[in-house]
Amino acid sequence: MSKLNTWKIFTRGIIKENPTFVMLLGMCPVLGVTTSAFNGLGMGIATTFVLVMSNLVVSLVKDFIPDKVRIPAFIVVIATFVTVVEMVLEAYVPFLYEQLGIFIPLIVVNCLILGRAESFASKNNIVPSIIDGLGMGLGFTFALTILGGMREILGNGTVFDLSLFGQDANMMILFILPPGAFIALAYLVVIFNKIFVKN
Amino acid sequence: MEYILIIIAAIFVNNVVLTQFLGICPFLGVSKKLSTAAGMSGAVVFVMTLATLVTYLMYNHILVPLGLDYLRTISFILVIATLVQMVEIMLKKVSPGLYRALGVFLPLITTNCAVLGIAIVVLDLPDPSLIKSLVYTIGISLGFGLAIILFSSIREHLELMNIPKGMRGVPIALLVAGLLSLAFMGFTGLV
Repeated sequence: MSKLNTWKIFTRGIIKENPTFVMLLGMCPVLGVTTSAFNGLGMGIATTFVLVMSNLVVSLVKDFIPDKVRIPAFIVVIATFVTVVEMVLEAYVPFLYEQLGIFIPLIVVNCLILGRAESFASKNNIVPSIIDGLGMGLGFTFALTILGGMREILGNGTVFDLSLFGQDANMMILFILPPGAFIALAYLVVIFNKIFVKN
Repeated sequence: MEYILIIIAAIFVNNVVLTQFLGICPFLGVSKKLSTAAGMSGAVVFVMTLATLVTYLMYNHILVPLGLDYLRTISFILVIATLVQMVEIMLKKVSPGLYRALGVFLPLITTNCAVLGIAIVVLDLPDPSLIKSLVYTIGISLGFGLAIILFSSIREHLELMNIPKGMRGVPIALLVAGLLSLAFMGFTGLV
């Protein structure tokens, strides 16, 4: 694996095949938790951890798993790391744990993670698999933070809890509410594809 | 009466897709045609109710007595995956007609986060009796069906519209979902 190739695997997940803006995978947490930039970042990091670890384990055990039961086996690996994340967050970052709520156990069914295990880690060695997981995870984190930041700025006038427009500013609360998630994401997809993915 | 209120609240006020953001993948993925959307919602009503029944009993009668409730996520997803597989095999044998209608959607349901999500959410309901959990689940899955059927009929019309190039496909679908979600917000406070 040459250096250039490794770099390509890494950046691919961030821009060209960005899981959120381009491939539209794992949309539930993208829409569900991005009421603020902090939540988006937290969810992104949690998902990245699970993604890297599951890619690592899957690439290690890929030769021992019979082809027929590989999907359930991958799911068990992913679910194990999700349980780890759930416990760590509950113990050390209870605030984030409360905010993300149901979407933490739901990392298990994030199609992005199973998709990478199936389409990349089960066919590649350990180093490229980790890098692929890291790239995809960072792309996901980037997208969630941007979307969370946009919704927080438009809906609440703050970003990472820093007030931008003063206390009494009248903001568009719509963007914090559920419809705002769909609308903000729609425009971000258009903008991202216009800038980075010219076809 | 209480159960009717639970169902109405689950369908309209707490719509699973448009206000709780569960099951977005099938909502965006299989909503291009009304007929497939209807098939998908039928499969979801069926599997979600069955999955909640099984996971509810397993959690309260096996995991909690044994002090294993931290295994909730792992055991639930395995049970759901197995259940879906089993339903598929049984339907094929017992009711080929139903299998032809729902068959292709069943494998997709394992990764429908609404199924796992609702199985976990019902455990946190106030006063979670089995009947109440099941009624709530049926309401939620009907809400999923309503949302995806509405959405797909709008998308069928979108195909005929002259939409700016950059907005075609997913972005315009997301905008429509946003407007639908806005409409469903009107039900807030209904129950």
